[in-house]
Amino acid sequence: MKRRKLLQTLALASGSMLLPVGCNSWVAKEVKGLSNRKRLITIFLRGAIDGLNVVVPHQESDYYEARPTIAIPYPGEKAGAIDLDGFFGLHPALADILPLWKQKTLAFIYNSGSPDGTRSHFDAQDYMESGTPGIKSTSDGWMNRLLARLPQDRPTQAVNVGNTTPKILQGKMPIANLSPGANSTRPISIDRPRISSAFELMYGGQDSLSKAYQEGIKARSIILEELKQEMMSANRNAGTVNQFVDDAAEVAQLIVSDARTQLAFMEVGGWDTHIAQKQVFNRSLPNLGKGLATLVQGLGSVYSDTVIVVISEFGRTVKENGNNGTDHGHGNVMWLLGGGVRGGKVYHQWSGLTESELYEGRDLPVNIDFRDAIAHVLQEHLSISNQDLGYIFPQYQLASNLNFLR
Amino acid sequence: MNKKTNCSVYTSWSERQLSLVLPILDYLDYLSVPPSLEVDSMKKSLQNWCILLVSIALLWLGILPYPQAMGAENQDKVLHYISRLSFGVTPGQIQQVQASGIENYLQAQLNPESIPESPVLERRLGQLDTLKMGPPDLFKSFQKYNIQLQPNKGRNLSIAEKKELQQKRNQFRQKAIKQAQKAHLLRGVLSERQLQEVMVDFWFNHFNVVFSKKVIPFWLADYENDIRTHALGNFRDLLATTAHHPAMLIYLDNDLNVAPNDKAKGNLKGINENYARELMELHTLGVDGGYTQQDVIALARILTGWGVDRKGGLGDENSFKFYERRHDYSDKVFLGHTIPGTGIEEGEKALDILASHPATARFISYKLAQYFVADQPPTSLVDRLGDKFLDSNGNIKVVLDTLFHSPEFNDPQYYHNKFKTPYQYLVSILRASNINNPNFQRLRGMFAQLSMPIYGCATPDGYKNTQDAWLNPEGMLRRVSLANAIANGAVSNKQPVNAQQLQKTLGNKFSPTTKNAIAQSPPRLRSTLILGSPEMMNR
Repeated sequence: MKRRKLLQTLALASGSMLLPVGCNSWVAKEVKGLSNRKRLITIFLRGAIDGLNVVVPHQESDYYEARPTIAIPYPGEKAGAIDLDGFFGLHPALADILPLWKQKTLAFIYNSGSPDGTRSHFDAQDYMESGTPGIKSTSDGWMNRLLARLPQDRPTQAVNVGNTTPKILQGKMPIANLSPGANSTRPISIDRPRISSAFELMYGGQDSLSKAYQEGIKARSIILEELKQEMMSANRNAGTVNQFVDDAAEVAQLIVSDARTQLAFMEVGGWDTHIAQKQVFNRSLPNLGKGLATLVQGLGSVYSDTVIVVISEFGRTVKENGNNGTDHGHGNVMWLLGGGVRGGKVYHQWSGLTESELYEGRDLPVNIDFRDAIAHVLQEHLSISNQDLGYIFPQYQLASNLNFLR
Repeated sequence: MNKKTNCSVYTSWSERQLSLVLPILDYLDYLSVPPSLEVDSMKKSLQNWCILLVSIALLWLGILPYPQAMGAENQDKVLHYISRLSFGVTPGQIQQVQASGIENYLQAQLNPESIPESPVLERRLGQLDTLKMGPPDLFKSFQKYNIQLQPNKGRNLSIAEKKELQQKRNQFRQKAIKQAQKAHLLRGVLSERQLQEVMVDFWFNHFNVVFSKKVIPFWLADYENDIRTHALGNFRDLLATTAHHPAMLIYLDNDLNVAPNDKAKGNLKGINENYARELMELHTLGVDGGYTQQDVIALARILTGWGVDRKGGLGDENSFKFYERRHDYSDKVFLGHTIPGTGIEEGEKALDILASHPATARFISYKLAQYFVADQPPTSLVDRLGDKFLDSNGNIKVVLDTLFHSPEFNDPQYYHNKFKTPYQYLVSILRASNINNPNFQRLRGMFAQLSMPIYGCATPDGYKNTQDAWLNPEGMLRRVSLANAIANGAVSNKQPVNAQQLQKTLGNKFSPTTKNAIAQSPPRLRSTLILGSPEMMNR
């Protein structure tokens, strides 16, 4: 108790901008003005996940006709979907996130995606990350531009899990990386002051290498302190071999203990299921579900100030292909999680699966621009002004009247 | 008068040399007597000659600043060529290329068969036994375990026996992967045919496959060797090699791409668009190359039946097999061409169309210019290379020759401006540090730490080579930390890297900031700092 008091005093003494390094999460949460800051976590499912088998339209007979071998059976049947609302059901391998649905903090947006029709993974991902579908020349990502419009409090205000910076976070604002997997806090040479002070002389300038180096040093000291503290604590899934689950635990830890961390980005690959989709889903979806559940659990009370958006570059063909898989399609399902999300609901402009209703006769149409959903989060959750929204999503007019936040 | 006479003697001098000599001549003019005193002119002229000769001697001996300036420019250019045509400079190489001339170095590298391969490399490669087995044999050895593990084949196995077999099977697969990776790394570090290896790096990522999918491990080394054969050859041949290769057909699922009405069992029930799409988007036309979804479907149908005979015996020596009964024999319209349904020839025709398409010429040229010149390559260069590509029917050597002689490549603004990929960075460290027998196991871990395991890019677009992709805060810290580890002998049997030798190898070309950082730090950190310097991170 004494320690807690001391840390609180230190935190207040050092001003509202800086927390004492190494302070515990419960202290950070109690320091007013920092703890209730709104957070956004974006999780990108690379490879184009098949939304139709994640949120299953089990009342649609066309669905079962189009997918004789890979359709998820009716609720109640063996390995059947878990019914959500009488029309849609959840893939059974995602049972870990069902409690969030029941708690009404998990929602889906059907027939959503990018208005651009490309079926190239790389273009479609770039467009979703730059926030400017159809425009290739955009060099920065919308989360970086968003960071530029948030109150400044560097350097771990935005964290990326991964050793390379994805397009969505590229741009003029510095961001921090968290090494994926279990090794992020293992000591490396640069942790030794003798080495870092020597390199400080070399990378003290304003060139891009120096800037990256300096941001790295700042971010690492914070990440190390915060993660080491609770590395072995109960909310970390000891012994798990799944990287996403580990990473989710670390991101939650970092957000909870470092009140500055406001934006985070994670990615999970491996959804390009041209073949044997059933097996891939049965292997990968449980990890995804478990990771999301771990993230929510780790965030604790901060979950109420957090929105988690799960997106993928495009959906997949309604019909299965010749190899028990699906090919590149168009519209898809977005996932939304968060204490402020009006969940327990599938938001959609569903138009059925008959060929005449499909995009180019084969794919789910995009009736809801992914930016409509994100813009709603930016405006209502992160209090981004109309003007700033125009900066984050240039050449975009808010089109839908989505209203999924409390 | 004198000046003119003297000048004419030196007409073969370059402009730069002249600019240094002319002030001397001006000075001589200033000394010389006005022209009206014709009597003394002969004597004066002789005197001037003497002064000039002394000056030239001084220049030659390096006492005046001129030879250093000349040498420096030369050295910058030499270093530029070495760092772009290879995985980095090795001890004594700058002096060697300076002596032989850049053009000789370039022509030798463009004709790798003219360069004897390093005997050390050949010996090390010879120690990798899975490389000597062909893919079908590797696959068969792997299958032996699987057959033994099948239920009801032979006697019943105990759980322990099963476990042991599974372990052996997985170890064998791992061995094939590791040896292929090791061979790749050894070639990068030790091969004398550096440009060829650089082009293998370029093309492997262009025609990317990943080590972790299905049975690709057994075709990895073979796939890379086939790419190597055509790395500086003809693009159409290279394209054909990848299109017929099991590694590619398995990676992009074309071994499962069959005519919809085929009676085959299992998951062979119809079209799979995966390879057809990437063949156009990533291998040839580029995403803006003007094809439609209908072209993707047409090409997928054209390529039905292009598959793999894993066990060998039915297909060609590489296990490629065209399964006639899986082929869609209907006529197709592909990129405006009508292609009658005749069988495997349809695919060859499609590859012809793709390889000779102007969009392909442009796409490949853009990627080459980006790899060798700048992340945002100058359009003028891309256009010129595209024309050359079309004129030469996709002769890669000719296109590269044009690239290396282009004013853009030789423009000093592009020197040293490419941020190395983690692979390029670590290999260049090994080369500069003269680490000829690196600890592969440690290096494997290092590549993983830097997010670039060899053959480990899961997506078909391959590893990027731009700064945007690789420069980030965490990555910088990891790089300098690994520089420290290597400087202290982490991959060279605890033998630390000699700083003095390293400095010399790199031509002592460091910025004032780098020099200052080195000067102000303890001497034992010198190698660490050099290997972690911006000069090592860029090429």
